[in-house]
Amino acid sequence: MSDEERVRDSGYDDFLDAVEENEPFYLRGPSGNGWLPPRIRDPVTGERGLEEEPLPDTGEILTMTTVHVSGPSFADDTPYVVAIAEFGPVRMTGQVRGVDPDDVEIGQSVEIGVDRTETTGERLVVFDPI
Amino acid sequence: MVSQVRVAGVGMTPFGKSPERSAREMFGDAADEAIEDAAVTPDQVEEVFYGNFMGEFAEQQGHQGPLAAEAAGVNAPATRIESACASSGAAVRMGVDRIRAGMADVVLVGGAERMTNLSTAEGTAGLAAAADALWEINQGVTFPGAYSLMANRYFEKYGGDREDLAHVAVKNHDHAVNNELAQFQMEITVEKVLDAVQVCSPFGLFDCSPMSDGGSAAVLVSEEFAQDHGLAAPVAITGTGQGSDSLALHDRESITGTPAADRAAESAYEDAGIGPDDVDVAEVHDCFTVAEVLAIESLGFYEKGEGIKAARSGETTIDGDLPVNLSGGLKAKGHPVGATGGAQISEMTKLLRGDHVNSDAVSDATVGLTHNAGGTVASCVVNVLEVVE
Repeated sequence: MSDEERVRDSGYDDFLDAVEENEPFYLRGPSGNGWLPPRIRDPVTGERGLEEEPLPDTGEILTMTTVHVSGPSFADDTPYVVAIAEFGPVRMTGQVRGVDPDDVEIGQSVEIGVDRTETTGERLVVFDPI
Repeated sequence: MVSQVRVAGVGMTPFGKSPERSAREMFGDAADEAIEDAAVTPDQVEEVFYGNFMGEFAEQQGHQGPLAAEAAGVNAPATRIESACASSGAAVRMGVDRIRAGMADVVLVGGAERMTNLSTAEGTAGLAAAADALWEINQGVTFPGAYSLMANRYFEKYGGDREDLAHVAVKNHDHAVNNELAQFQMEITVEKVLDAVQVCSPFGLFDCSPMSDGGSAAVLVSEEFAQDHGLAAPVAITGTGQGSDSLALHDRESITGTPAADRAAESAYEDAGIGPDDVDVAEVHDCFTVAEVLAIESLGFYEKGEGIKAARSGETTIDGDLPVNLSGGLKAKGHPVGATGGAQISEMTKLLRGDHVNSDAVSDATVGLTHNAGGTVASCVVNVLEVVE
């Protein structure tokens, strides 16, 4: 499905656009917690006043897994590596691409990017090892 | 005074593969058994809470609450409860609350799920819907994948390995060998678990609960109703607790623990007026081997980081100090997701009453606990059952 046919998810697609424009951001709450959009309140503190802040350039892989059995939307992508990375106060999930799965390690430094899946051509968050 | 809630009757279908059977048919069977076991009649049921997760996806059937009541021969207000794999645990909790509030004396609770009519890929996609669609599913997260992320971080933080997890699977298969309701009534070995085809690292096939079909039900009644009608209902639900968390794993306070389960357990213990040391036997939500480890830590049976050795050391086996998942758990009993929480109540009630195939292993037990989790534990319901007569 092409982007023209797919209805956008506000917040989510805005974030991917920003990453593609090399201006990735996160939402920072008054207490310093970091979140991904769309959010009006910090889910931990209940505070309003979340503001867009530049995403730190470098993240760290906290955990990862190599997926061999996927749903239909990723059937042609397997095996692929899913990871959670921490960029300062915000964590997110994405795929580590362009490296052998055996060469990816917890603690590895990564940069955020946007790529497309092999199966559907949809955009997704990727982490590029640096 | 708040009514004590008694489990008057329980029922469940054999779990396994029956792709041709609709959820309504399976719940009808389970409810029929529970109503019979309770020695009540369908017209005495005043409310129905029914758990189901993926009815729209698997059988193009939403709005299953009234359908479930109809299948049970009951004409009463009926509501479907959806909290992913914790759906029927939450349904049980709703029934408990309703009776305690004095709004009903007889409530039918439980759930059903039809899954094996789907292909593995379709079923994987259906289960993944319990995760965050934008920030997890779009990135290729699967249900076993999300638990693998927790397992690998756990190993990094606390240690432990695949072999420790394999012992959880071996234990739960051992427990199910004589359980005629279980999907897998066969022993497996650690080697078989370790050599199985990889699903997502570190999980092989035997680290994962299966796709299953099945239904479960329980008739809950007020203590007064049981007395007035001469019902034999020696088991009470004396505590219930529920916790929620961010849907996406990466947004949680901890990805090596399950904070929602911590909160559910704390509430349930307080409600029942007991602590972890009082529990004699537990049924926990082992959708993956590591899930049992995280569960027994959140329930306070083990410190964080120490639950990984429990099965391997024999402490949670049938002859251990605290037997966990004597039914076989989700791993071996099967996991028709919307039926699982109700099945835990059914199996635990039988274990405590003495009419479960594994009851002899816990013949002195008076306190049982059930732990039912949804998604990667963004939902958790803990119920405490006690023998009160």
